[in-house]
Amino acid sequence: MYKLTSGFETHVELKTNTKIFCSCSNGFGSAPNTKCCPVCIGLPGALPRLNKQVVEFAVKAGLALNCKINNLSYMDRKNYSYPDLPKAYQISQFDVPLCYDGFVELSDGKKIGITRIHIEEDAGKLIHNDEDILIDYNRAGVPLIEIVSEPNIESVEEAKEFAEKLQLIMRYTGVSDCKMQEGSMRCDVNISVSESESLGTRTEIKNMNSIANIRKAMEYEVKRQTEILKSGGKVIQETLGFDEKSGTTYSMRTKEDANDYRFFREPDLLPIHISHEDIEKIRRTIPELPHKKLKRYVADFGIDKKDAELLVKYPRVASFFEEAAYGIKSSKKVANFILGVIFAFLKSETLKEEFDLKISPESLRELVLLTDSGKLNVSKAKLTLEQMLLSGKRAEELLNDDDLRGFDDDSLLSLCQKAIEVNPKTVADYKGGKDKAIMALVGFVMRESKGRADAGKAKEKLIEII
Amino acid sequence: MSEILKLHNMLCSKEISAKELTQKYLSAIKSLNPDLNAYIKISEDEALISADIIDRKIAGSEDIDLLSGIPMTLKDNISTKGNDTTCCSKILEGYKPIYDATAWQRLKSKGAVHLGKTNMDEFAMGCTTETSVYGSSKNPYNKNFVAGGSSGGTASAVSANLAVYGIGSDTGGSVRQPASFCGCVGLKPTYGAVSRYGLIAYASSLDTVGVLAGNVADTAVVFDRIAGFDPMDSTSRPDFSPCAFDFLDKDIKGRKIGVPQELIDRADEDVKYQVLKAIKIFEDMGCVVEFFSMPSLITALPAYYIIACAEASSNLGRYDGVRYGLKAECFESIHQMICKTRSENFGDEVKKRIMLGTFVLSEGYYDKYYAKAQHLRQELKAQFKKVFERYDALVTPTSPKTAFRLCEVEENKEGSFNADLCTVSANLGGLPAVSLPCGKDSRGLPVGLQIIGDKFMENRILNLAKKFEESRGEFGLKDMGVRFDV
Ligand SMILES: [Zn+2]
Repeated sequence: MYKLTSGFETHVELKTNTKIFCSCSNGFGSAPNTKCCPVCIGLPGALPRLNKQVVEFAVKAGLALNCKINNLSYMDRKNYSYPDLPKAYQISQFDVPLCYDGFVELSDGKKIGITRIHIEEDAGKLIHNDEDILIDYNRAGVPLIEIVSEPNIESVEEAKEFAEKLQLIMRYTGVSDCKMQEGSMRCDVNISVSESESLGTRTEIKNMNSIANIRKAMEYEVKRQTEILKSGGKVIQETLGFDEKSGTTYSMRTKEDANDYRFFREPDLLPIHISHEDIEKIRRTIPELPHKKLKRYVADFGIDKKDAELLVKYPRVASFFEEAAYGIKSSKKVANFILGVIFAFLKSETLKEEFDLKISPESLRELVLLTDSGKLNVSKAKLTLEQMLLSGKRAEELLNDDDLRGFDDDSLLSLCQKAIEVNPKTVADYKGGKDKAIMALVGFVMRESKGRADAGKAKEKLIEII
Repeated sequence: MSEILKLHNMLCSKEISAKELTQKYLSAIKSLNPDLNAYIKISEDEALISADIIDRKIAGSEDIDLLSGIPMTLKDNISTKGNDTTCCSKILEGYKPIYDATAWQRLKSKGAVHLGKTNMDEFAMGCTTETSVYGSSKNPYNKNFVAGGSSGGTASAVSANLAVYGIGSDTGGSVRQPASFCGCVGLKPTYGAVSRYGLIAYASSLDTVGVLAGNVADTAVVFDRIAGFDPMDSTSRPDFSPCAFDFLDKDIKGRKIGVPQELIDRADEDVKYQVLKAIKIFEDMGCVVEFFSMPSLITALPAYYIIACAEASSNLGRYDGVRYGLKAECFESIHQMICKTRSENFGDEVKKRIMLGTFVLSEGYYDKYYAKAQHLRQELKAQFKKVFERYDALVTPTSPKTAFRLCEVEENKEGSFNADLCTVSANLGGLPAVSLPCGKDSRGLPVGLQIIGDKFMENRILNLAKKFEESRGEFGLKDMGVRFDV
């Protein structure tokens, strides 16, 4: 039995207003080399100055991941030469990181340790263009945190859940969008397999850009390493890339050509001091985190765990839900409207993440209150919500007095009788054992009532009469 | 007597216009520079335009600063917007910064007239300017001798009266040693007193922007204007406001001066003689002088070279031909492009220091060299702290030797490293130090006296220097360059 051991190194881009060492704006998607200055393109004589917001965001991320914070930490230079790195060194943190010793708790209660979190600058991007290689330095100096996990992930499932949890917690703290496809979250995954208690030789898969790929790459790599070991071979310590098309990993470099980064203290920056007061101040800005929210939705709102998980999965959905459900008895009904109608309306993951709706949480609340008071039945409410999502109008603007009068039992009774009179064949079918035929009668009632009747009640009534 | 004050009064009384003054300097440069090689680039048009602006201000009876209209020079590693700044290296040929260094920007805002860039050792690595791609500058006292380095061109220009003052940089003695060789005043400020923004880095934890001038008062005037907090340099001190000029004439009676025996012992006889004579003058002025021993001043030298080269190896990594400066012509890969660009366009001294610095930081050697050097630096700082509890200032030779003959250093490598013996400690400790002439050797070459102070005590060391200067009497070349004798 070969056992998997894995650890993650995750780079997360921080959503600060400006870059880490200069006042260039920090944002995704601009014409190449338009968000640059002497500092972030490393012109001779330019000096870095540390953006305080980067430290605050990193501490916030650290606290949300249960880390301890170093009151005194340092910036260091990591020296290597590549054209996308303007100074030929990356300013990072080497031996004394900002945060250390935290964890992420998985759903089964297992804790994946967080060894450390440090702050550093991103590099530019090479653009290969026929014969030329062009460089865009807009990303140079974008603040990153590197989150290093303990190697105590023992299955691909755990790895997947860890990555998802990490992403979600970062999104909740608001320090990053963690959009893997845009590169604002990138994972390097270390993997080794072993038959015994001692760890096997590990390989590192670089720059994974989706959780689905992490899963595929890990499954492939575990299989590859296991096969090598089974056939009596030795795994080589190397850095790998993952080829999406073939679903396989390939060697980028071996340990022998590993860089010697010649780390030393960055002389251009002062040590970072953070007081206990500052840490507590930052701690107070951390919103309720997903695992606590989930518990609360289940315990206080009586929402099913599966549904609660869906609401919590998207920070914007959760906050919309909470606002819409504010002061309402039937939170569960609010959740159903969101998960049913609104999720069907927002088809892709991205749309759900963005949750950019034309309606406000108050509008949804009004709609739910109308159903609570019996003025509007649920099926009509669902149709109305669909119209609201398209038009941005409020329920009362879309409904007329008729709609809002409700539908009394006498009217229902007379409509049901009419349905039976007009559709003798259907009635006969039903009597003959075709249970489904009753739905055709319900449909008739709904049409006649212009959707105001309650389908459930109509069905009951029809069966009763027949 | 302050030259700046004298010229300022002449400008204000319209005895001479800023333009005439500038023209005088420009023509003196034209006639003397071919011999001295102090300037590597003359900014005639820019200088005349700046002078013209000042003349119009004077004509309009506007108040002008002491430095307005005063011709000066910048070392070639001080960034000037739109103007070549090359560190006298081939690799930066044609590089025009898109921003001004803070020190220069502050002077520019006061109306300084920039005559041009002065020569230096390539990337400030050297003590003779002989590593400059433009060849070495000559000593105005004797053209068979070097001007020192790395700010040798600046010192040569100031000493030959081809600029009223100059802005240089001092990483291990690069302002003080050439000032000493050329018989002018050179101030290396406290680390953090003057912004390094725009100074092209050699060794970031040691680099300082310094002043070279003909006398102490001028040095103080310029220092007061370039020093002070700059948000663009995180290592510049936030609460420092300089006022050295106002302190120049304070009474120095009772000041305690320490003289480290180690540095006196290692000086040449001529130097020792002049320095001891200077020390006697301080005693005569009522200072209390005490000789003491500080062995860490000697171990400072190897520590300095290890730290400086380590930082340089990192700072100079950016010259890869990708963004600015020269790029290799033929290459087959990015890697080869970078290799060829650097191999072809860095000089030997720079390559040597990059390799040394890379080595001392590399895995397996870091602890043996870099960590040990840092340890020595911490020890030295701790000792300085104690020393300045006892003394107001330390007095030493600036250099154990007077100026070298041209090419002498190349033939005798060790000698050149020892040339920094007396100066590197102030850089490692982050302390202010000033060099000023205290006499001449038997060949007629100037001898420099160094006064080192505690952090941010520029006031105190310039005060001592000014008083010494008064007792010493006139010094300098009167028959060279631009002189106005009142
Ligand atoms: Zn920038």
